[in-house]
Formats: sequence, structure tokens, C-alpha cells
Amino acid sequence: MENKEVLIKVEGLSKKFCKDLKTSLWYGVKDLVANIKGNKNDRLLRNKEFWALQDINFEVRRGECLGLIGHNGAGKSTLLKILNGLINPDAGKVTIKGKVGALIELGAGFNPILSGRENIYNNGAVLGFSKEEIDKKVEEIIDFAEIREFIDMPVQNYSSGMKVRLGFAVAAQMEPDVLIIDEVLAVGDVSFKVKCFNALEKLLERCAVIIVSHSMPQIARICTDLILLGGGSIVIHEKGGLSLAIENYYKLVGNINSAELGNGTLNVSNILINNQSDEIIDVLYKEPLQLKIKLNFKTIIERLTIKVTFFDVEQKPVAQLSSFNDKMIIEPLGNEIWITSVVNDLFLNVGRYTLHIVIRELIEGNKESDILCLLRSARSINVIGNNYYSHAPCLMAGEWNQEI
Amino acid sequence: MPLETKIYQKDNRLKLNRVLKACVKDFFGSHFLAKQLATRDIRAQYRQSYLGIIWAFITPVFSALVWIMLSVTGTVKLSDTGIPYPVYVFSGTLIWSILKEAINLPTSNTNAARSILTKINFPKEALILSGMYKLFFNSAIKILLLVLIVILFGLGFSWSLLLFPLVIVCAVLFGVTIGLFITPFGLIYTDVGKIITFGLGLVMYITPVVYAIPQEGVMRTIMEINPFTPMIIVARNVIVGSNPEFLSYFLSIIGISFPLFFIGLLFYRISIPIIVERLSA
Repeated sequence: MENKEVLIKVEGLSKKFCKDLKTSLWYGVKDLVANIKGNKNDRLLRNKEFWALQDINFEVRRGECLGLIGHNGAGKSTLLKILNGLINPDAGKVTIKGKVGALIELGAGFNPILSGRENIYNNGAVLGFSKEEIDKKVEEIIDFAEIREFIDMPVQNYSSGMKVRLGFAVAAQMEPDVLIIDEVLAVGDVSFKVKCFNALEKLLERCAVIIVSHSMPQIARICTDLILLGGGSIVIHEKGGLSLAIENYYKLVGNINSAELGNGTLNVSNILINNQSDEIIDVLYKEPLQLKIKLNFKTIIERLTIKVTFFDVEQKPVAQLSSFNDKMIIEPLGNEIWITSVVNDLFLNVGRYTLHIVIRELIEGNKESDILCLLRSARSINVIGNNYYSHAPCLMAGEWNQEI
Repeated sequence: MPLETKIYQKDNRLKLNRVLKACVKDFFGSHFLAKQLATRDIRAQYRQSYLGIIWAFITPVFSALVWIMLSVTGTVKLSDTGIPYPVYVFSGTLIWSILKEAINLPTSNTNAARSILTKINFPKEALILSGMYKLFFNSAIKILLLVLIVILFGLGFSWSLLLFPLVIVCAVLFGVTIGLFITPFGLIYTDVGKIITFGLGLVMYITPVVYAIPQEGVMRTIMEINPFTPMIIVARNVIVGSNPEFLSYFLSIIGISFPLFFIGLLFYRISIPIIVERLSA
């Protein structure tokens, strides 16, 4: 790996932007004029300007994939734009070797009135293909997009999914040395997504790749290196590992506000995780997790169940703790009770998880009835203490051995 | 094979002549992209319209008709133009409309490509070239119409008519060159485009489009200095086969336009990143 050639090299890169439109336009005119004379002076911040990127350094070799993560406005897209040569840096230097391909906008150059086939040529031309290349690949593109039936229909009558399929199919024909990707992987339905990923993975082997994404599973699946950007500078740069940057990313992205719903018969007055009451609690992977919930009853409830669902950052439920499933039916002993539950080995992998709590009444025949109380995003946990990062949220412990 | 290396940094420390070379290379190298964009726009334009090509010349034709009406009814008294007035005014308005389109071409074509400009890196020169292809296509229709009118008025066919397309190419080059220097500013401030449209509307009156250059007076001097005058006059002379006036002025403008065109293209090229930075959304 180490001896492969460096295809992307970024040294001391900085870029400034202006907060005010009118001023920005005026600076634009000044820059136009200064540009002709060859502006050699150091660029300092002018009034109302700020550094959108400051002193960025990294390099990417062939076969490596660098992920860029960070909250909105951290400078990820700006960095991609500079790498793609769309805008010039204000300081520093970018050196890129080889053919650059960008998966930033799918279907650029499409005209809605024209047919899919004609638009393959339009899009292909914008992406830098020659006519012969497109002639040769057009059938392959149509097959990849799986829209042969509609290929001579105007693109404006396509569904949005069909449009991105066609766009991706064209883009997938690129044979770049450097590939720049900006969150376009989540296109189409599940089967097409898989196809996109497979096409991409084929590209990854022979390219130097830079990808921006908010989806950590995606990042974890394809990246070898990771940069966490915050406020325009590199917060963490991890080579050959991902967990530290991802852990910090989860700490940086904003918390989700909690909400409480219910019919008023009871309320949750306190929640403790491992005896801590903070909004976000760090817990260790594979260590016990203790959950304590304090309930206050306004009317008498005979029997109830509690469910705690763990949601990942993408708001997908990944695990659940259910008293009903654990054969525990709670028959409250008083007006104010503490319910405790302990998970012996926490098998959730590193990352941020939000806890949703649902309390329901149990009626005859052990059927769950009305929701007594529903707490969205009651608490968050940060699972830490594992160096292995996987795009799957749950890690099971297996016993392994081999036989002959 | 060694890989092509791109370097992006704040100032273009590369030698100017190297940038110019790359610029010229991209201009001629982007023929396929330019042709593709031009056919895309032309096709889309006609596929969505019944009247189709009529829109290409309806404005100049109608403004010519208005002037013919004014002249025939005696509302305005125009001096003798030397050739049948309808031929004079039709050729004037049609050529003027080509010139006007040529000046607006870089701005309008760049504006139309804004969405891809901010996301994809492609040779920007293709936008100018595709605009010129589109303009030549529209102009060809206008030229045919003009030839038809010339024959209709019994001026007959003259061999110099074969030079007409060449004159139009020169006029377009002149117009686009002006447009190239305006475009970067026009993309930043919409005022610039408005001033150009407004200004050209006025300039038409100091150009022999619908009436001849007066025999004497201040107006004559102004019209003789106006660089648009030789464009219209030479083109018209070539059509009707009369002795070309203003030929040396015409040739010197074209002679200057040619190198200026590439300097304009260079200015356009290095300005685009600044424009994209200010406009990207």
C-alpha cells in the first residue's frame, strides 16, 4: 500500500467566503480585476469574510479512500469543489495526478424534453466522454440503468428514481484515477443501491477516492482513512482506522430534542444510566449497561410493560429492550417506583444511540393496550471503548475454532 | 504513460502563454461537447414549439416591416438608401439581430449552464463554442431569408454573395469578443446585462440599420466612428454586390478582434472560478 503513488496532495489549503451577498459580489469584481494582474499578495480576511477552510493538509494514494465527515457547514463541499477545480483556493496548493471523475451531480446536462438516449450523450459529453466512447457504451449504460423500455421517452416523464439511475449509469462508465463523491450513493431503490455500490467498489480498487457522506455505515464500508472536519479545519485525521473520528463525529452532530407524550396516568420523573443522569452518557462496549427509570403514577395501573428502543444516528431502530419479552410483567408496588434493568454485555458497537421509552398497560390475556407514556429521545448513549469499527451497529461475540 | 498533473493554487503562477495555450486547446478540443450542447438546445427548442424557426427571425422581420410602413406612408422621411428600401431595412435588421445575439451569447449561454458550472468541471470554452454553433444555425436561417428577399426584389445574384457567410462569421467573432469581456461582470451583477440590452437599443440608432448615414453633420461623424457601422455596411454591400465601403475599417476591426477573442476567452476562463465561488448555491 505504502509504495503506491500519491494522486491527491493537499498542502496548507485555505479558502475564505463572504457572509454578505452585496459585499461578496463587490469582492468578486475586485478579484476579477486583481486576477488579471496576477494576485500574488497573501490573502487576508477582508471585512465580513471568514475562513471556510483553514490549513488543510492530507494526501491520498491510489487504492485509498478518504472519507470526509463533519456537521453541516464544516467545509466538506467547499473542499470537494476546490479538489474538483471549480473554485480556486485562497492559500495553499492542491496537486492532482490523473483523470478526475466527480460523482457530485448525477445527470448533469440533461434536458427534460429530450429522450433518455439523447441525454446519455448530453450527460456523457459533459463528463468528458468522446462520441466514440459513448457510442460504444450506450447499450451497457441502458442495461445498467434497467430502463430499456423507456429509453426513447422524454426524461421529463421519468420518475426521479429513473433519472438518477440513468445519471449513475452514465457516471459509472468513467475510468478516473481520482474519484470525488458527494453523497450521491443513496439513489434509487434497494436493488439499485446494491448495484451502485458494487460498481463503486470496482472503481475504488484503482482510484484514489474522496467521499463526503453523513452515513457512517457507508463511510465505514468503503473508507480506509477518515477526516473529521469542524469549522473549516481538520479535527481528527485517522489513517487506516475509523473509530475515533466516527466517535467524535457523533459527539459533534447536534442532539435530538426529546419529547414526551402520554395519557397523563403516569410520568417518567428520572432516568439513570449507569447511575448517571446526563443527557448523553458514555458507556463502554461489552460492559454492563444499567438502566433505571423512575415512574410516578397519578392513577392506579395494575400491570404494565416497558420497552426501550435504541435508535442509531440515522434514526433507525437497531436494538430493543422489552420487559414483556423478558417475561417481566411489572405490577407497581406504589405511587413512586424505580424500575431497573441490566444488560450484561452491551453488544452495540461504538457510536451514538438514542433511547426511546414506551410504557404500555397490560390488559387481560396479556395484551398490550394503551400507551401510557412515550418518551422520544429520552437519553443518548455514546458507546466507546472498541477499536474495531463496523458498519453494522451490533457486534455479536462468537466462539471460533477450526477443525480438520 | 505519465499522468496529467493539475495544480490548483491561489495565483496562476503558470506562465500566461501556457494558460493561453491550454485555453485555445480546450476551445478547439471541446468540439464534441459544444456540438452536443448546441444540438441539445436546438432540438429542445424546436421540439417544444409549433412555430419553430419562425421565432429566429420574427423580431427583425417585424421591426423591418414597421420601418417599411413608416417609410411607405410617409410618416418619416428617409434619405435615399441606394437600394430598394425593403432590402435595405431587412438586411439591416437581420444583421443587427445577429450582432446583438453574438454580444449576448457568452452571458446568456453561461447563465443557462449555471447549474452544471457549479458542480462539474468541464472545459468552459465549450459553452462559448456551443453558443456560436447555435448562433450560426439561427443565422443560416436568417441568411436564407435574406437571399430570398434580395432575389424577390430583383437585385439578382452577385458572386460577392458567397462572401456573405464569411462576413457574418467575422461579425459574430467581433460580437462575441465584446461579449466575452462583459460576461464575467454580467454574471456577477444583473445590471450589466440590462445596461447592454438598453445600450444596444440606443446604439442601433447611430448605426445604419434602418436608415442611411446622413450626408453631413454630427450624426455622420458619429456613425462613421461607430464600429458597428462597418459590420452592417460591408455585409449589406456583399449581399447586393455593390462596391464595399468602410472595407479598411472593417478589416482592421476584424484584425484586432481575432487576437482579442482569444484574450477574452482567457479572461473568461480564469474568471469562471471566481464567478462560481460567488454564485454557487
